Amino acid sequence: MAAKGATSSGGAKDGTSDSSSSSKKNSKKPKYSRFTQQELPACKPILTPGWVITTFIVVGIIFIPIGFASLFASEWVVEIVDRYDEDCVPHNYTYNKLAYIQNSETNKTCMKRLIVPKQMKSPVYIYYQLDNFYQNHRRYVKSRSDKQLRSRASERDTSSCKPEAVRGNNYPIVPCGLIAWSLFNDTYGFSVKNKALEVSKKNIAWKSDREHKFGSDVYPKNFQSGGLIGGAKLNASIPLSEQEDLIVWMRTAALPTFRKLYGKIETDLEANDEITVVIQNNYNIYSFGGKKSLVLSTTSWIGGKNDFLGVAYLTVGGLCLFLAISFIFLYVIMPRPLGDPSYLSWNRGQVNIWSKTVRHSFVLMKEIIFGKKAGNHMLAS
Amino acid sequence: MAGGRRRKHHFGRIHDSSRGKASERGEQSLIGSPGFSRIVYSNHPECIEASAINYGSNYVSTTKYTLATFFPKSLFEQFRRVANLYFLICAILSFTPLSPYTALSSVLPLVVVIGVTMGKEVLEDWRRKKQDIEMNNRKVQVHHGDGIFDNAKWMDLKVGDIVKVQKDEFFPADLILLSSSYEEAICYVETMNLDGETNLKLKQALDATSNFHEDLSFQNFKAVIKCEDPNANLYTFVGGLQLEERQYPLTPQQLLLRDSKLRNTDFIYGVVIFTGHDTKVMQNSTAPPSKRSKIEKRMDKIVYFLFFVLVVMSFIGSIFFGISTREDLENGRMTRWYLRPDDTTIYYDPKRAPVAAILHFLTALMLYSYLIPISLYVSIEIVKVLQTVFINHDLHMYYEEADKPAHARTSNLNEELGQVDTIFSDKTGTLTCNSMEFIKCSVAGTAYGRGVTEVERALSGSKGLPLVQEVKDEEGQVEDSSEERTSIKGYNFVDERVTNGNWVNEPHADVIQKFLRLLAICHTAIPDVDEETGRISYEAESPDEAAFVIAARELGFEFYERTQTSISLHEFDPISGTKVERSYELLNILEFSSSRKRMSVIVRNKDGKLLLLCKGADSVIFERLAKNGSEFEEKTKEHINEYADAGLRTLVLAYRELDEEEYKEFNRELTEAKNSVSADREEMIEEVGEKIERDLILLGATAVEDKLQNGVPECIDKLAQAGIKIWVLTGDKMETAINIGFACSLLRQGMRQIVISSETPEIKALEKVGDNAAVATEFKAKVLHQISGGLELLATSSENSEALALIIDGKSLACALEDDVKDMFLQLALGCASVICCRSSPKQKALVTRLVKIRTGSTTLAIGDGANDVGMLQEADIGIGISGVEGMQAVMSSDIAIAQFRYLERLLLVHGHWCYRRISSMICYFFYKNIAFGFTLFFFEAYASFSGQTVYNDWYLSLYNVFFTSLPVIALGVFDQDVSSRLCLKFPLLYQEGVQNVLFSWSRILGWAFNGVLSATLIFFFCIRAMEHQAFRKGGEVVGLEILGTTMYTCVVWVVNCQMALSISYFTYIQHLLIWGGAIFWYLFLLAYGAMDPNISTTAYKVFIEACAPAPLYWLLTLFVLFSSLIPYITYAAIQLRFFPMYHQMIQWIRTDGQSDDPEYCHMVRQRSLRTTTVGYTARIEATSKRFQEKPEGH
Repeated sequence: MAAKGATSSGGAKDGTSDSSSSSKKNSKKPKYSRFTQQELPACKPILTPGWVITTFIVVGIIFIPIGFASLFASEWVVEIVDRYDEDCVPHNYTYNKLAYIQNSETNKTCMKRLIVPKQMKSPVYIYYQLDNFYQNHRRYVKSRSDKQLRSRASERDTSSCKPEAVRGNNYPIVPCGLIAWSLFNDTYGFSVKNKALEVSKKNIAWKSDREHKFGSDVYPKNFQSGGLIGGAKLNASIPLSEQEDLIVWMRTAALPTFRKLYGKIETDLEANDEITVVIQNNYNIYSFGGKKSLVLSTTSWIGGKNDFLGVAYLTVGGLCLFLAISFIFLYVIMPRPLGDPSYLSWNRGQVNIWSKTVRHSFVLMKEIIFGKKAGNHMLAS
Repeated sequence: MAGGRRRKHHFGRIHDSSRGKASERGEQSLIGSPGFSRIVYSNHPECIEASAINYGSNYVSTTKYTLATFFPKSLFEQFRRVANLYFLICAILSFTPLSPYTALSSVLPLVVVIGVTMGKEVLEDWRRKKQDIEMNNRKVQVHHGDGIFDNAKWMDLKVGDIVKVQKDEFFPADLILLSSSYEEAICYVETMNLDGETNLKLKQALDATSNFHEDLSFQNFKAVIKCEDPNANLYTFVGGLQLEERQYPLTPQQLLLRDSKLRNTDFIYGVVIFTGHDTKVMQNSTAPPSKRSKIEKRMDKIVYFLFFVLVVMSFIGSIFFGISTREDLENGRMTRWYLRPDDTTIYYDPKRAPVAAILHFLTALMLYSYLIPISLYVSIEIVKVLQTVFINHDLHMYYEEADKPAHARTSNLNEELGQVDTIFSDKTGTLTCNSMEFIKCSVAGTAYGRGVTEVERALSGSKGLPLVQEVKDEEGQVEDSSEERTSIKGYNFVDERVTNGNWVNEPHADVIQKFLRLLAICHTAIPDVDEETGRISYEAESPDEAAFVIAARELGFEFYERTQTSISLHEFDPISGTKVERSYELLNILEFSSSRKRMSVIVRNKDGKLLLLCKGADSVIFERLAKNGSEFEEKTKEHINEYADAGLRTLVLAYRELDEEEYKEFNRELTEAKNSVSADREEMIEEVGEKIERDLILLGATAVEDKLQNGVPECIDKLAQAGIKIWVLTGDKMETAINIGFACSLLRQGMRQIVISSETPEIKALEKVGDNAAVATEFKAKVLHQISGGLELLATSSENSEALALIIDGKSLACALEDDVKDMFLQLALGCASVICCRSSPKQKALVTRLVKIRTGSTTLAIGDGANDVGMLQEADIGIGISGVEGMQAVMSSDIAIAQFRYLERLLLVHGHWCYRRISSMICYFFYKNIAFGFTLFFFEAYASFSGQTVYNDWYLSLYNVFFTSLPVIALGVFDQDVSSRLCLKFPLLYQEGVQNVLFSWSRILGWAFNGVLSATLIFFFCIRAMEHQAFRKGGEVVGLEILGTTMYTCVVWVVNCQMALSISYFTYIQHLLIWGGAIFWYLFLLAYGAMDPNISTTAYKVFIEACAPAPLYWLLTLFVLFSSLIPYITYAAIQLRFFPMYHQMIQWIRTDGQSDDPEYCHMVRQRSLRTTTVGYTARIEATSKRFQEKPEGH
């Protein structure tokens, strides 16, 4: 009778038995893989005191030497900065610098003397520094034609260069655009003890620019020939790829205060040498209240003189060590407060109602922390 | 094959229900009027009118798009999102000179993002398409003329075709039943897919067509059917069939609906009347309401906030730009002459500075668009789809027995699963298996049956720890004895006094005999004899009925045949000691209804005696007992109470002998009542029944266990510990609901029960006397009174921390849900530890859900398995369907389908928690990285007189969100685990992080935003200070725009990726690959991009190889910026983690400290909540053990 009963069922049974028999063939059971079961092997780091302290100490230990190295490198660099925009204006033009600079008749030559504070090993780099000059202005940055600079065939590709695109109706300006148009045109001549120092202008621009961005068959054309002359003129017989001043200038600076490489002095300068600089002060920075400086600088592996990175490394390294010590202190003096559940957000505000339970759980905690075994068996369940 | 197995069944009468046949004459007259204009020419292939009407094919398409509509429709969907629309506008604007970057670099990311999303749509739609194709290509036999039936595809069916459907096949379209394998042209239909009911429904063809039993008989069959137009109403149908010049009315009784299944019938013939999208089931399919998670809603707010920041930034920029532009011409003199302000365009014109500023504003809006992560939405979609894959593939949620894995039907709500505050659960089929087991009975005042129910087990467990040993012993015994016998579904009766025919030796053997016989006769089940083995199975309307018949069979009264007029049993004859066949003439069936609460049959036994056999609810039967029939009443009542306590469903059995006269009178009245066509026909039948069902003689009572699903108490306990409130909304009666409440530990002893019931004697008395309006007001006052009483109790109980339970029935609930009462009701319900609503209608379920959802604003989850839960599932924030026995209706309207209630535990506590955590940290992180990036752009603007020049190359900009930083975030969203699934389940309280929304609170979001600004500030100022204007390498070269940009970008990529690494708590090789890969990919990109022709790479040409890489400063700076930008976060995190850990961090501590094996410590962490759990069996145990603990606490 029991055997007969095995098939007895209510109305619903048939459906389930159907599906279970078919499941043998085509089961919907998900296949096991560590991926789908979310059981991939993993490390589960948390910021344990050990990790935190170790990290800070390690960072500190790495940073401080780097900081010293950078600082020394920066300190080792000798740099002479001389602002000349004020000094190079004759006294009678002090209150009308603009008139002075815009007047092509005035004498723009200016003499400056610089004392070399420390020995400067060659190469000594010559920079001009402009302040408050927005070479990163969008209108300015976009106002060039890379195609035109690259190849002679694209000489008429000047659509992005307005208003310095074409001369007259149909004569494209090469190089076109505001950047080229406003090319820096101060010049410097150096001499030490009445002996002229040779300024090398070779290889002051990026190699990739010279070789790939400025064509060797592209010659200046119609440049600075209009009514309004911006900056320097270019020798129309020298291809653009060799006009390194232009190439340097065309790499727009990121910030309104910037330096650009003017040239290199390939001889060492001794300490206390007096350098005489003859400056042709042509470039108009007066209309927008800019500044001009001449910079002579050596370099180290870290580049020019800038203490910031070294100091920053030292500061952060020191901070890390300080933090490491503070954490050691914190962890030792104040072990993790095990028993305060009231800061869990869902417990806030309920303290009054459940204060009894709090008291209760504190008792339990005390028992556990201080190992009062007597109270513990109650919890073992 | 058709004719051979035709069985002679004549029991149309038992199913003679009112539903189908009560078609009023009036309806027929509607045919032909608007709405009832369909004309179907059946089997008229050459008829002109038939070919003139084009009703559309049976092709069904459920796809969202077609090839033609895909692009416009899905693009429209995409750009409905504000963020996407914004990016589209940016992309369009980028073709104008306003654009700070090239058009391509802003169009491409948008195309990628939109493309990926649309790809996902295509994929999803393709799946639907495949389903459609499968469905449309199913085969069915169709009449092709001359009595030949051939296979045809479903989609090729046309209106008017005659089809032949075999047993267990689905109907391909809506059909009119013509005939079946049965003589009476009846068939059984399972409508599980339509309404979720598992019981079989009987359909019967018209007499006029019932004799077409052969394929050949359709050779010359011609009919015209006129009927209603397609509509969505499953239970009505009006039509007429014209056959050989005669008109026959058609009713729902002849209508076979698509997606229902032919059962217990070898085959049927039918005429197709509605095809494809005209079918009732397709008309019924509405798009489920689309639900969005709370996190996503909040995310939108963040996006708006960022828009605001963006506008403010742009505005500030525009003002400064306007000022500086105006100053370019001073009294007609150029100041910044190198910009040629005298000969300029509108964008930089000093004379029209305000216009320039306004145009610049647009530029700035585009420039700072990096504040808003373009890839956010698409990343979240990808992450959610993958999370869904994990849910679907979780082996722990796969139900072996039914071969059903979990199935997330929508991926929108994954993280919502981690925030559920209240669960609304259906009872039958959800908490219980919907399988009834006959487990106990009380006959003649003696209780039989030693089986232990789940409830008893749970109850004995609740008595506290000291009893555990005892319970175990008891369980052990049960298991021993149950192992001996083969388990039979629906039967779990163990008592050697009765089984194996031993009842003969019991004191009241005659009563037992009558008792068992009654069980075998008084029902509406249909036996199904397996011809090969001779085994009998039963098709019954409800599982408890099946349980009775099975019990009777197991105890020796095997019901094996039912005809229209007789019921035949194999009876154990105590006198001869053998089995004899006995047949009872079936005279009448008085059916069960919820108002009658009983059913009776009247039979004539072989001695010619007339018997009325009756089973029903105790309340109904006891008041109908004869004076001499209540011999065992006291004892039986006692037993019934015991059974009810044990969570069993009880029915009382009684019988009565009728004399011929009385029966004749009754039968006449009954026939009269049945034949009447008036509206109160039902009532008349009831009245007649009432007269005869009296003076009964009590036999005993049965107890059937409504079995809890596996693991339900444990699951509820875990959910309760997680702080989730569980409400049970059931259609069952109060007693059963309370029983189940006890079984699931939602109720326990010592809990104060607030019962709001409409069944109180006062109300009943009122109902008898008063008019309806008076009763209603009186009733409402009563409910109000009860609720306010409950509130008072609540106020006192919160002082002595006593747990309350609210039990309310449907009628009172209707009152409590009225506008003026519902707030009070809600207040009361929220204050109670558990809430049980019984006798509630589907609509009430939905209303309760809505009330809680809207008034409390907390996340609600509804879980159910039946068609009656659909409203609730759709109303709740998350609807979970149990893909159990009750059909697919609930599943189809749910958001996630699981096979068993107990999987809810894992779904919420593990997947929900993880998904919540992942999505929320992912979004926070997304904003962090974009703010960090966007602000560097902004800071740079300040140094470029806000002209709109970007510091980065165009392609750096556009690939930032797409390549260098997105993949690690996606990995975070997919894989991150704060704690393992094992620990999630071990510390259920962890779930509260989601409910309280700790991880996505505004403070946390703003914290991340602040971190982003901080990172940006540090990166930018460190970079520009370090690279200021001096030479940056030995060759004396100075930093240009492109070098500063590249360096800064390198720093951003590193900082952002390392910040990610720091906030990840689960490092698999995938994370390593993506995080470090992102940074390495940046360098590779730089190399590759820099090596391209200068026309393409523009400012990035060789910038890395030539300028950056050889400069030590570049590397030192990167290292420095990386660490110094992360130090604030590390410090904060270390302190927070150590001294103010969040709950998941405490668990992480436990894990790393190796304390997870230390039960005492774990217990303590679990105890960290101040909110004590009040339901679940743990709470029970604690309630008992508390009494022990209170003593030592005194000091």
